[in-house]
Amino acid sequence: MLTILFDGIAYGMLLFVLACGLAVTLGLMNFVNLAHGAFAMAGGYVTVVLVNRMGVPFFAALPIAFVASALLGLILERMLYVHVYAKSHLDQVLFTIGLVFMSIAAVDYVMGSQQQFIQLPDMLRGQIEVLGVGIGKYRLLIIVVCGLLTLALQSILTRTRFGSRLRASVDDPRVARGMGINVSAVFALTFAFGSGLAGLGGALGAEILGLDPTFPLKFMIYFLIVVTVGGTSSITGPFLAALLLGIGDVAGKYYVPEYGAFVIYTIMIAVLIWRPQGLFARASAR
Amino acid sequence: MPGPAATDVTALLAARARWRPLELVFWVVALASVFLLPDKHLILAEIAILALFALSIDLLLGYAGIVSLGHAAFFGAGAYIAGLLGKHGVQEPLFGLVAAAAGAAVLGFASSFLVLRGSDLTRLMVTLGVALVLYEFANKAAFTGGADGLQGVVIGPVLGLFEFDITGHVAYAYSLTVLFVLFLLARRIVYSPFGLSLQAVKGNPLRARAIGVPVSRRLVAIYTLAAAYAGIAGALLAQTQQFVSLDVLAFHRSADGLLVLILGGAGYLYGGIVGAVIFKLMQDWLSALTPQYWQFWIGLVLVLIVVIGRDRMANWSHLVRDIVRPTRKAPVAAPAEQERGP
Repeated sequence: MLTILFDGIAYGMLLFVLACGLAVTLGLMNFVNLAHGAFAMAGGYVTVVLVNRMGVPFFAALPIAFVASALLGLILERMLYVHVYAKSHLDQVLFTIGLVFMSIAAVDYVMGSQQQFIQLPDMLRGQIEVLGVGIGKYRLLIIVVCGLLTLALQSILTRTRFGSRLRASVDDPRVARGMGINVSAVFALTFAFGSGLAGLGGALGAEILGLDPTFPLKFMIYFLIVVTVGGTSSITGPFLAALLLGIGDVAGKYYVPEYGAFVIYTIMIAVLIWRPQGLFARASAR
Repeated sequence: MPGPAATDVTALLAARARWRPLELVFWVVALASVFLLPDKHLILAEIAILALFALSIDLLLGYAGIVSLGHAAFFGAGAYIAGLLGKHGVQEPLFGLVAAAAGAAVLGFASSFLVLRGSDLTRLMVTLGVALVLYEFANKAAFTGGADGLQGVVIGPVLGLFEFDITGHVAYAYSLTVLFVLFLLARRIVYSPFGLSLQAVKGNPLRARAIGVPVSRRLVAIYTLAAAYAGIAGALLAQTQQFVSLDVLAFHRSADGLLVLILGGAGYLYGGIVGAVIFKLMQDWLSALTPQYWQFWIGLVLVLIVVIGRDRMANWSHLVRDIVRPTRKAPVAAPAEQERGP
């Protein structure tokens, strides 16, 4: 029971780190980015190549995965995404689905379609017993890393100058621009950072979520659930939504495996009908 | 007594609904393909089915402006209904079509109320969610055969006369006939006052409501209709293939449908058919070049279409459209900001 809760929290934390970049993209530019998972996949594969083929230590590979995905995000944002911001949601959906398809086929071509495993260092394998509850070391690591990241994000968002610029741009881009904030630079940076986080999440999650070329498509719906259920006006919303989703999904798969992901989707639809702006959204952000 | 405005509208609609020469040519060519391309009937039947599916998306997207990421839900529902009927002894294909249409329409009607709420994003999520729920259901339920697909589907001869054969002659003639009949119906609908009010809703829901169009009822109606069309397309696939796999509900089917429609141009009924021809030929050619990675090129096409701009790409389809329907004015830009409301 407690182990399930623990696994669920680890899973949820992971989902949050994967999806929080998407929350900002959606909230800031009203941009539907279905290709967010592609950046996570990029991070995952960078780690696989570094650790398995080049023998880079796992902990050193994580920051590299972050930087690589962030760079990829920055390049794509400046080259392609900027042209699509002003277009309709239909165009954004088509564009990002196109990117997803391309990334799937490209990774399949380069790395093959089989599932990839990262060779974890020995100290991260196995379980430890705390108060009679079996805790996977790797999951503990995920909770610690993701928890620290969440705290860091929260304080960046609330304490720093960049954070207040970002929040201003999210709340009202036009007025923010009028106040002299360079919204598109803020956005490019945030996009890159969000992609980097997704890459880090992909690197950390390869062990738990599985990593193969269909990753962006398989987890697209999960990221979108986190964002739409959590709302895009804060990061606590997506965080709570990710935790709920993680715990719900793990518990659902454990207790009622015959229903599979059925439960999650149904709950998502119900929540969206009940609160179209998201479960934790402020009453009317815009 | 119809007032002068009503007479004007009637005249406008009558003018728009007139058959253009090019349309006649189009269908004559389609008919000719039945006799002139006998060895291509298998792929032509697939094209006709895909065209019908894209036509149903066109009704939603091109005429009512609803972006759906889960239209495969209705396609799949229709396919499974027709397949299950065939498996359990009801072998008349036409009855299967009607049942699939009815089933998909009920499903569409029920889920249309979910789609009415919220902004574009919520709609995307809900349509996607409905399709995923159905996918999971078909995956887990016992009677659908799960991941192995529905096997043992037996479909009798059409009207008791024409037996489905391995060369696809009957399959193509049958699919094309169904496509043509449903196309006529769709054409009748979009050139009716009902169709005109739908376009008003697409243009600007607020103003449409202000001039007295019952927006929600219109959207429910068109969503149900589009679901029925998609259901029939699915049923056609199930009957001509005599097999139903989970693939009919998969996400990529919804995405492909959108791509087909965008390739051909949305909002003039022929878009889906033209797009289906282009898409299938492209798929055929690309998968012959790179069997495993043709998805990459499909993705590239999507990205290019958006980056270059659908308007510019669609210029040629406007050309066709103007010949097909000369009374049409310059297309009004879609309202981008209307969804920002609280």
